[in-house]
Amino acid sequence: MSDNQSPAILLLEDGAICTGKAFGAIGTTTGEICFNTGMTGYQEVFTDPSYYGQIVIMNAVHVGNYGVIDEDVESDSVKILGVIAKNLNENYSRKRAIGSLDAYLKKNNIVSIHDVDTRALVAHVRTKGAMNCIISSEIFDVEELKKRLAAVPSMDGLELASKVSTQEVYESGDPQAGIRIAVMDYGIKRNILRCMTDRGAYVKVFPAKTPLEAVKAFNPDGYFISNGPGDPAAMDYAVHQLKQILDEGKPMFGICLGHQLLALANGIATFKMHHGHRGLNHPVKNLITGRSEITTQNHGFGVDPDSIKKSELVEITHVNLNDQSIEGIRIKGKPAFSVQYHPESTPGPYDSRYLFDEFINLIKQSKNN
Amino acid sequence: MPKDTSIKTVLIIGSGPIVIGQACEFDYSGTQAARSLREEGIKVILVNSNPATIMTDPMMADRVYLLPLTAESIEQILQENDIDAVLPTMGGQTALNLCKEAEELGLWKEYNVRLIGVDIKAIDKAEDRELFRQWMIALGIQVATAKTANSFLEGKEFAQEIGFPLVIRPSFTLGGTGGGFVHDKDELDEALNRGLQASPIHEVLVEKAVLGWKEFELELLRDSANNVCIICTVENFDPMGVHTGDSITVAPSMTLSDTGMQLMRNTAIRMMRDLGNFAGGCNVQFAMNPETEEIIAIEINPRVSRSSALASKATGYPIAKIAAKLAIGYNLDELENQITKTTSAYFEPALDYVIVKIPRWNFDKFKGANDTLGLQMKSVGEVMAIGRSFNEAIQKACQSLENNAIGLGYYGKSLMRAEELLEYIKTPKWDRIFRIKDALMAGISVGTISKATNGIDRWFLSEIQKLCVLEKKIAEHTLATLPAELLRDAKTNGFSDAQIAEIMGHGNTEDAVYARRKELGIDRVYKMVDTCSAEFEAKTPYFYSTFDAPARSELNAGDLVHNESTVSDKKKIIVLGSGPNRIGQGIEFDYCCVHGLLAIKEAGYEAIMMNCNPETVSTDFDMADKLYFEPVFWEHVRELIEFEKPAGVIVQLGGQTALKLAEKIKEMGVQIMGTSFDNMDIAEDRGRFSDMLKELKIPYPEYGSAWTVDEAVQIANRVGYPVLVRPSYVLGGQRMRIVLNDDEVERAVVSLLKHIPGNKILIDHFLDRCQEAEVDAIYDGENFHVMGVMEHIEPAGIHSGDSNAVLPAFNLSPMEVTTMEHYSEKIAKALDIRGLINIQFAIKDGTVYVIEANPRASRTTPFIAKAYQIPYLNVATKVMIGANKLTDFKFEKKLKGYAIKEPVFSFNKFPGVNKELGPEMKSTGEAIRFIKDLKDPYFRQLYKDRSMFLSK
Repeated sequence: MSDNQSPAILLLEDGAICTGKAFGAIGTTTGEICFNTGMTGYQEVFTDPSYYGQIVIMNAVHVGNYGVIDEDVESDSVKILGVIAKNLNENYSRKRAIGSLDAYLKKNNIVSIHDVDTRALVAHVRTKGAMNCIISSEIFDVEELKKRLAAVPSMDGLELASKVSTQEVYESGDPQAGIRIAVMDYGIKRNILRCMTDRGAYVKVFPAKTPLEAVKAFNPDGYFISNGPGDPAAMDYAVHQLKQILDEGKPMFGICLGHQLLALANGIATFKMHHGHRGLNHPVKNLITGRSEITTQNHGFGVDPDSIKKSELVEITHVNLNDQSIEGIRIKGKPAFSVQYHPESTPGPYDSRYLFDEFINLIKQSKNN
Repeated sequence: MPKDTSIKTVLIIGSGPIVIGQACEFDYSGTQAARSLREEGIKVILVNSNPATIMTDPMMADRVYLLPLTAESIEQILQENDIDAVLPTMGGQTALNLCKEAEELGLWKEYNVRLIGVDIKAIDKAEDRELFRQWMIALGIQVATAKTANSFLEGKEFAQEIGFPLVIRPSFTLGGTGGGFVHDKDELDEALNRGLQASPIHEVLVEKAVLGWKEFELELLRDSANNVCIICTVENFDPMGVHTGDSITVAPSMTLSDTGMQLMRNTAIRMMRDLGNFAGGCNVQFAMNPETEEIIAIEINPRVSRSSALASKATGYPIAKIAAKLAIGYNLDELENQITKTTSAYFEPALDYVIVKIPRWNFDKFKGANDTLGLQMKSVGEVMAIGRSFNEAIQKACQSLENNAIGLGYYGKSLMRAEELLEYIKTPKWDRIFRIKDALMAGISVGTISKATNGIDRWFLSEIQKLCVLEKKIAEHTLATLPAELLRDAKTNGFSDAQIAEIMGHGNTEDAVYARRKELGIDRVYKMVDTCSAEFEAKTPYFYSTFDAPARSELNAGDLVHNESTVSDKKKIIVLGSGPNRIGQGIEFDYCCVHGLLAIKEAGYEAIMMNCNPETVSTDFDMADKLYFEPVFWEHVRELIEFEKPAGVIVQLGGQTALKLAEKIKEMGVQIMGTSFDNMDIAEDRGRFSDMLKELKIPYPEYGSAWTVDEAVQIANRVGYPVLVRPSYVLGGQRMRIVLNDDEVERAVVSLLKHIPGNKILIDHFLDRCQEAEVDAIYDGENFHVMGVMEHIEPAGIHSGDSNAVLPAFNLSPMEVTTMEHYSEKIAKALDIRGLINIQFAIKDGTVYVIEANPRASRTTPFIAKAYQIPYLNVATKVMIGANKLTDFKFEKKLKGYAIKEPVFSFNKFPGVNKELGPEMKSTGEAIRFIKDLKDPYFRQLYKDRSMFLSK
């Protein structure tokens, strides 16, 4: 229950309707509905550029309890387009917090709804698959909402990475560091950069469509291909560039969208998943070491397992223990690898941070040779 | 690594009799472990002295030893069996300590037995306070400043060094026994003495108190390949300073950011990986400074625990079951999720609900006990409630407590002013949560309460304040004016119909509120506990109720599924459980419910379980066909009955809790399986029962009932002193007194009327120095079968639950036994019993008197079933539901010699309380002991001491 008792309505593409209460900004918003099962880390999720274009159902029943804080952000703004929750809380108790979630969502103009049956919605998305939806706390005419919803394009085939990528080149880390990494930004999370700079790397972040020559001018020791929103199959520019990077033979690491792009660059297909993986508890087995890890995930597209099995060029390094989906690959004979999940986590477990160590080690080895 | 195939036979050690700090949660874990190992084709040998446990049932293990948990028993078992390994992590501290003792005696080595799951070194590191501290420091993990003292002098010296307030923590004790806070120098001597004595190695840790920090618990699993996952994070509502077993706890954590969560997760994983040889379930506790968010490690328990039982019920993840598989070599990533059956066991459950656990205390049983909560656990049981918000869950938990609460609130019973309330809540006591609500209602601010309680998180208090806001709004209405929206908000916030009626006053009734909301379509829906917050489809029928469907007036379209429980076409029977454990009603009813469920299934019905006690086996997700984890509270029972439309409801197996709902169930027109409500009422109603006995020409002590002191004195004189004074309809002889003269009668009655106003008071002539005995029997309408005749060693005046009972009778004449059996049959016939009956007798000068009859499963039913090795509960349930007649079964009693049911007490938890026994039950658990004959020295000692503790 919120003090804000004004109503809100949620309409799904297939006609399902929920009424609830408004939270955050008053208005109307549209996007693809998805759900996140994590029980902590809402602010990190809301600011993760990979969620761009999406309206997120938070499965955990209380959201907002510890307020918001400047350092728990993964980008410079809120990237989701709306929140659907059971209980969004204005009250928070964290002493270090700087404000409430409600004020934060208002400031970022995020229209949200709560006091709805999120569990029924999650099960609905699980069975019916990803679809678009509209939340409104100002329009209550269902026909009008339907009209507006019909105008929203499908995520399938949508290129969104360039919309959240940095417009300017920027750097991070110690310029004197011996390791230079060029980061192709398709919507990178801040903590990925931190994971690299903490390990002694100097990184330079390039806007999505930067010509390769401009990147090469940085004289990088390795390339990082970032996470991001949208359909990788709609990113020919990135796939093309990645092929050239691979030919160069320098170490390369990709995360999430970066993983899908690496697959595409090797002729392996990607596909739109039924409803994706989003949460902090997905088990992944590392087939190289035999060890398993609990991972943070956020993806609505995946790498096609049949296509990968036919490929001569890549080998599978990680699989999802729940549904056996492809979680990691490496290119045979090349220092290039990628994972579908998020080793930088935030939010989520630190189990997979070793991948950054491996990347840095690959760069060091490659430099020594 | 797959299963270690060299392990063919495993010994599981149970936790013995129920005491405070170690209760039936270990029956739950032991049972799960036994089933889990047998699934793998491993032979399971089990030892436990507690006859009321499911784990000691013949169906649970290949061989069960009902022996005292001593090194001698272990040696006997090792001699008689070819055991490859012992699993010590399922039986609490008792099992770990016994394993250590056997190790020191060299037993494991001598019989070539491996410890699996954990090794002694890891146990020591975790359990020895000083080793733990050193270990943490070596790992670079912060702990509270502390020093270990092995003598009184050392303790005093360190206390000076560290400064007050501080904590004394004895090594190797259970549930914090002997531990405590020391606020200043004056308290130090006593606390040190107590701590040093409580520790079996006379060692205590003198530790700086981190009062006011937030407390969290992580439940983890680790396999031998070092994979670790966090099954559940539990947040304590009460800040540091209250034992976690006595704290209200909440899962998932409510106030922890992801940064804080991962800090604890990382630290816990480092601890787990460094623990040494370990594979199984483990619990790690942390305290967090709310200002700086730094954490310190409090303790690690390298075994399953009360918390892991709670975490299993809270998440649906069967920790003990998986822990057992890890102990025999499996890795987490090789096992499947038991709930979804399609995903991996190596994952971290995601919850889309909130659970709240509230402990249940029994301070009324321990006169003079200090009821301030602290480091030493004092509660005797607990309830858990599941809701779609903290508020819904905490209100449901209050409704589960069975202390007459209708939700979170005192409702007229509290007469404290604001200043008094503020003072009262400074000390943690059993009813603090209710007083906090009162304080908020009285207008005291969240900030002031947080400060007064030394750090209860403001978020929790703000949520409770929302309840107060709602309550004040409701109070402005009567049912006629109550807006639908407000009623719906009240229901989603967990208010019961009775509570809403009470708040509105003016003669509004629970039934009227119920009818109104049904009219508005504000109905309970049932959601599934599935470990994965609906990400994957799960088929496990584990449900809780909430109000998540739109009301009739709301806009609604599409095919969203709000109610996940589908009603089958099968004929079904609902079994009502017994709620939280407490003195007088404990694990034995869990045992009865489990067997009831299995018998119902065998008879071809769908078995549906309803209970709210997270420690029980009957609420394991695969015991019943369907489990509803719900308060055994009228509103919930009624709505479930209306939803499931069962062929009948069983109230005979859930103790007094279930029985007292019988009348209302009958009024609904729903069949009560077995004995009819009216006949049960005869047995419960002293007047009707005595009339019946008179008609049957069965002697009973003279008695009368009174409403006032004058009447009581009159009756006492009529029936003759000494007399037994007690309230009607109570459990375990609550507030029962033996009195000798008019003055004492007056005092007893005044006290009773003060505590239970308006109660009818029963006054019986007390048969001084007589012998007591009891009979458990089954009647099917035609045939009568005596399960057992037990004779008490202690004379009358000590509650039957506190008496040592010998099966069969050892001292009574054959004539007396025959008379008892004869009377029992007459009573069973007269009451037209279908199923179980327990009858208590007093025998004086050759005359057999009937004291009372209980038309339900009794405390002794499991004991008799174990002693005679006959599945009596199965038989009784089948008779109850009419599936079988007694003649369908053969009864072959296998007892050689005698079996003694020994009561076990927890007086050591209450310094200053004497062990005095009387008509009010005080024991927390029981053990079984078999003796060959009456020359047995143990029996002779008991017999000699039989009157020692008798008081009034």
